[in-house]
Amino acid sequence: MIGMISYLAFFSTMAAIFAIAVLGLNLHWGYTGLFNGGVVAFFGAGAYGTMILGGRADATVLGGFGLPFLVALAGGVVLAGMLAWIVGLLTVRLRHDYLAISTFGVAIAFESLTRNAEWLTGGARGLRGFPRPFEAAVGNNFVYGLLFLAFVLLVLVLVYIGLERLVRSPFGRALRAIREDETAARSLGKNPTRLRLTSFVIGSMIMGVAGGLYVSFYAFVSPQDLAPILTFQIWAMLIVGGAGNNRGAILGAFLIWAAWTASGFLLARHAPVAMQIYTGSIQYILIGSVIVGMLLWRPQGLLPERLETSAGPDRTRPAGTNTTATTNKGVT
Amino acid sequence: MIQHLVDGILTGSIISLGAIGLTLIMHMLRFANFSYAELLGIGAYSALVFDRLLAALIPFMHEKIGPLSLTWTLSVSVVLAMVVTGASAVVLDKLVFKRIRENAGPLSMVFASFGVALILRNIITLAFGHRAQLYSPDIAFAIVVSFDPLLLIKPDQVFVLGAALVLMLMLHVVLTRTTFGYSHRAVAENPDLAQVSGVRLSRMVVSVWVLGGGLSAAAGVFYGLTNQISPHLGHNFVLPVFAATIVGGIGSVYGAVLGGFIVGIASGLSLMILPSGYTPAMPFLIIIAVMLLRPHGLFGEELHR
Amino acid sequence: MTDAVLSVEGLTAGYVRDLPILRDVNLTLRRDTLCAIIGPNGAGKSTLIKAIAGLVPVSAGRVMLDGKPITGIRPDQMASLGLAYVPQTDNIFRSLKISENLALVLRRVPDRATRLDELYTLFPPLAEKRGDRAGSLSGGQRQMLAVAMALASRPRVMLMDEPSAGLSPKIQREVLDLARGLTEKGVSILLVEQNVKQALRVADHCYILAEGRNQIDGPAESILSDPAVGEIYLGGRRVGAA
Repeated sequence: MIGMISYLAFFSTMAAIFAIAVLGLNLHWGYTGLFNGGVVAFFGAGAYGTMILGGRADATVLGGFGLPFLVALAGGVVLAGMLAWIVGLLTVRLRHDYLAISTFGVAIAFESLTRNAEWLTGGARGLRGFPRPFEAAVGNNFVYGLLFLAFVLLVLVLVYIGLERLVRSPFGRALRAIREDETAARSLGKNPTRLRLTSFVIGSMIMGVAGGLYVSFYAFVSPQDLAPILTFQIWAMLIVGGAGNNRGAILGAFLIWAAWTASGFLLARHAPVAMQIYTGSIQYILIGSVIVGMLLWRPQGLLPERLETSAGPDRTRPAGTNTTATTNKGVT
Repeated sequence: MIQHLVDGILTGSIISLGAIGLTLIMHMLRFANFSYAELLGIGAYSALVFDRLLAALIPFMHEKIGPLSLTWTLSVSVVLAMVVTGASAVVLDKLVFKRIRENAGPLSMVFASFGVALILRNIITLAFGHRAQLYSPDIAFAIVVSFDPLLLIKPDQVFVLGAALVLMLMLHVVLTRTTFGYSHRAVAENPDLAQVSGVRLSRMVVSVWVLGGGLSAAAGVFYGLTNQISPHLGHNFVLPVFAATIVGGIGSVYGAVLGGFIVGIASGLSLMILPSGYTPAMPFLIIIAVMLLRPHGLFGEELHR
Repeated sequence: MTDAVLSVEGLTAGYVRDLPILRDVNLTLRRDTLCAIIGPNGAGKSTLIKAIAGLVPVSAGRVMLDGKPITGIRPDQMASLGLAYVPQTDNIFRSLKISENLALVLRRVPDRATRLDELYTLFPPLAEKRGDRAGSLSGGQRQMLAVAMALASRPRVMLMDEPSAGLSPKIQREVLDLARGLTEKGVSILLVEQNVKQALRVADHCYILAEGRNQIDGPAESILSDPAVGEIYLGGRRVGAA
């Protein structure tokens, strides 16, 4: 019984951490129409940043400053935000492709850094040893798991409320305006480049929060945790839940994480021994198929975006059908 | 120094081939296609299959050509692989991209291309295994061109460079000397006008995928011939190929050629300063530099939003 | 004998379904004449031309060319039916040479070498600059090239969308005179114009379009005297206005 609850707590903690990252991505893709091809880099910046600042001292690496948990987490989030600011500054004014390519590039560059800069990131073996917040006060592992889950859920709720307020504020309306019709928004005095950049940085910082929570949960991080598949998982969560709908984003995170763990479990249990080293590939194909299938058949996701505009509350909009780019009169 | 430069030029010619196809597709269909590089993998592996098949059917053709490790069967297989890869690209367009193009915007296309890339790469892994493979089990000996500075060149490398240049020249002739080439450039510049000028768009979309698929298959085989093939081949080329198109300017074929060599040489030379672990990040640094200095690339039109 | 070469019957069309820009438009172009469509901004003039060319979806009505229905044709098949279309802007391929622009449109013409010579004779400035990129041409020469490209397949009907847009008054006159001259060579022309005076100078017949509907039509020389014209332009009485 306790095993069951403790597994459920573990599962929910992971799902909630991913849900936070999905909320960040939703601000990018769902509300602003920005394509982030390197979610893992911003998640990773939060993770490594938090670990380096808050981790236990280790003679072989530069980090391990052992700063208080919240300070370390804030540092990780700022790092993710700075990374986004640099990339965004160079690309958000250009055609949408450039952001997609650059963010994909950031993820690759980030991976090279984590694998090679041993003095900073511990290289392939990663960084371990993070004083888990409030652990000393609790002692009991089972209770601690539940407490940590409660803490992650609290952060999730805070991020959710914050984002809901943000997208309903004039700032959020301006974001949707530039997503739908950039020329019109510009003529109303909106500055699309600055709005996009702000949204890109905020969304990436939210991904950084998720990364920071991830390392404090595992007390360990290595390049293995930040494989490119993480980006795909978070995308799949958003597209399944419904881009432009924060509740959908959270629903998608739980659904996809459940499907991922269940498929991993089933494959480990029932796949022939010879196939065991290929279970990852099968799971990757499933994730890819979910993404392509949703885009083909239900691009609005399970919970579509609600547009509370003059068009009435029932109108929905399939994700990514925005026609922002004026230069895109390609073949249709 | 000179060794890194020569290796960089060789890698550059392979990146150039891939970048030409990508820039053609990106210019005509207006989206960053992240699944394109997987076509290199499809090309490399289909050549492997054809090579084994032909070697079994007509063993006397499984002979090395001169000093190359390239066999007669493999050279036939390259052509077959180009056809198969072009056809797969067309099928992918029909199954996925065409339908998304008709119903949604360019961002959904980018998104879908990531999904397609993930599926393709892992299907290749399931079919051929994680392990890297070689076209020929024999070790191709490098020729010492000079001892000081030390410069080693494999005959295969010379062949690959030559073959890549010949393919580029052929494409150049097609684009600048045939009405088929004019139609291509016309559709890329202005699809509506091309249509009223009698160009059938759906045919041009098919042909751009065939061209892009064919070129990337050649790039994949050439890489395999001078290195090895693994399911990650495509993934490893995504960023270099994008960097080359951005350096050259999206839509510019000559830009892509030059961009490919620039990316290849820069990555080669970077080995003198940085450990090889950082090589995958080089194209990213090049992209950042282009964004700072000349966002629309060397020959590109301005592509602001 | 001036029979109808192109006729539009009850045409309803628009880019978005359920949101037609044109409603129930009727129009007849007689053989070897020039017919002008004029009307205020946003009247749907260009949309009408594009709908005939198959570039805008048609939801009701039909388009007949020589008595045969061509409604919603694939734009690339226009030339083989004897129809040509000169768009308003971006009507040449700037990155292609002049000779390449012409070679492209001539590739399906059986006697392309002869036809190319004819076109170069008709437009000497193009012959002179054949090796240059089309993007380097002046405004008037661009229109010349665009017309030459449309004429390549020897069309019976040519659709022109504001050929005078963005040109100096002198070049405007030249381009419209050129269009007028073509009607004597067996090309019937349907032309959209913003410049009413210039359009009426060269046209035989004139249609006035507003709010996506036919308003009035009549012979070019008498239409200006119709008191309704002023009202339509000033936003007064209109058929179909809300």
